[in-house]
Amino acid sequence: MATALETPTSLQDPEEHSRPSVVAVEDLFKAFDGQVVLKGIGLTVRRGETLAVLGRSGTGKSVLLRLIVGLETPDSGSVCINANSIAALSLDGLNAVRMKMGFLFQHAALYDSLTVGENVAFPLEHHRRDLSKSERGERVNQLLAEVGMEGNLDKMPSDISGGMQKRVGLARALALEPEILLLDEPTAGLDPISSGEIDELVLKLQRERQMASIVVTHDLHSAKTIANRLAILDQGSVIVEGTFDDLQQSTIPFVQEFLSHS
Amino acid sequence: MNGQAITPSPEMLPAIPGHSSAHPPRPAIPTVGLVNGFFEWFGGLGTFSWRVLRAAVTPPYEWRELIRQLDEVGSQSLPLVALAGAAVGAVLSMEVRSSMARFGATSILPSAVVYSVIQEMGPTITGLVVSGRVGAGIGAELASMKVTEQIDAIEVSAINPYRFLASTRILACILMLPLLTVAADASGVLMGWVAQTLVQPISFHQFIVTGFAGSTLKDFLPPTFKTAVFGLIIGLVACFQGMRTRGGAEGVGRAATNSVVLASLFVILADVVLVKLILVVFQ
Repeated sequence: MATALETPTSLQDPEEHSRPSVVAVEDLFKAFDGQVVLKGIGLTVRRGETLAVLGRSGTGKSVLLRLIVGLETPDSGSVCINANSIAALSLDGLNAVRMKMGFLFQHAALYDSLTVGENVAFPLEHHRRDLSKSERGERVNQLLAEVGMEGNLDKMPSDISGGMQKRVGLARALALEPEILLLDEPTAGLDPISSGEIDELVLKLQRERQMASIVVTHDLHSAKTIANRLAILDQGSVIVEGTFDDLQQSTIPFVQEFLSHS
Repeated sequence: MNGQAITPSPEMLPAIPGHSSAHPPRPAIPTVGLVNGFFEWFGGLGTFSWRVLRAAVTPPYEWRELIRQLDEVGSQSLPLVALAGAAVGAVLSMEVRSSMARFGATSILPSAVVYSVIQEMGPTITGLVVSGRVGAGIGAELASMKVTEQIDAIEVSAINPYRFLASTRILACILMLPLLTVAADASGVLMGWVAQTLVQPISFHQFIVTGFAGSTLKDFLPPTFKTAVFGLIIGLVACFQGMRTRGGAEGVGRAATNSVVLASLFVILADVVLVKLILVVFQ
């Protein structure tokens, strides 16, 4: 696992830019108890692209992900998945969209009463009833092998480390073969080696599955490694968006300060 | 500290004619907050109930989780409920005996024990014991899942948590409470007989025949099945308290405590209404 990390495929090909957006966020506003968290956010992500959303703690990065997956409703603005606004969907419609998304929570959010294997099997048991028990077991083993967690099938989440929990969370997020992957602080609280392994894993998935990914993080090194584009949030707004080189050339004082402290 | 708002103390405020600065008028805010909280809680419970009902009656049905919850609520509570029923039966037998003896009416002791246990004590004690054990369990489990984002994880997996978590637990409570009540009643009557026969030997057959003399099913079925309502209350309140939790470990503790306190309170209040209803409808 400790091999040198590859850089993400850049979207230099003009055809890549003409691809329709898989995720399109427009003019999104969200406030909690009168405190405005997001002020007119607009972002797009295409298939095969990884966007990293950076910013200080409490700037609404995780809220943005929760809005995209429909766990929160925006005060105004829209979230479109494959050109369908999720606000207009019924619960069944929203669930159909959610099945195309994989979500890795900041603390993995594994079901603590289930084993590692049962956690990964959980979405399959509910949505892939066509699979036999042995096929499901095979699929779980395959997913765990993909994230380097084979042989941990019967362990409880409390018996494995934080990094391992995130890998299992990632395997669970991939269980339904999503088109969109949303990662909330995938490397937070991990040592540099584990962080590097998670980054490598995300890169591998990006390469093999060509998913559209949004990674919320404050780890600039990780963002630079796994993302094609980066967006920096400050006080609820995107103040700069582009490649890492674009960010480095920015004259915005906050961006310069953010980059110099990371 | 620059830029920080300074809250004026009463001493800093200008004196208002007609008011003593030593005793500033007490604001009415706590009462308003309490009233708001009351309506907010019941409003939230109503919305929650509607979501659970809608989720429960639409497929897919979570049979496996329901069976797991039936076991959790039913078989896991059985020993405790039976023990509580037995204790109530024994105490009733001893207490009633001393009262009856004053009037020379010890011959009606079996009927007094059987009717008291089956019509009121068994159902009530089952409701309260299950409120404690299952209410706290469901409240704490769901609250813990809520604060660790496990419920969010279920939701983003395109699984309705109102169906998977709430409706299965509430339905299990509704179905198991009457069965647990039968167990509490049986152990109560049995221990009532044991307590009686230790003082004045009587065969179990004789005790039962005397105890149930002249009774019909309508004397026993309504009090037993009213506990399905207790089950609804316990499941609904515990799931609601658990799934609306905020604030980490403290929130989990608060949810568990509130689940038990509110479920027990509503079970007792519902009992008053149901007893009157049963008397009106069946007698």
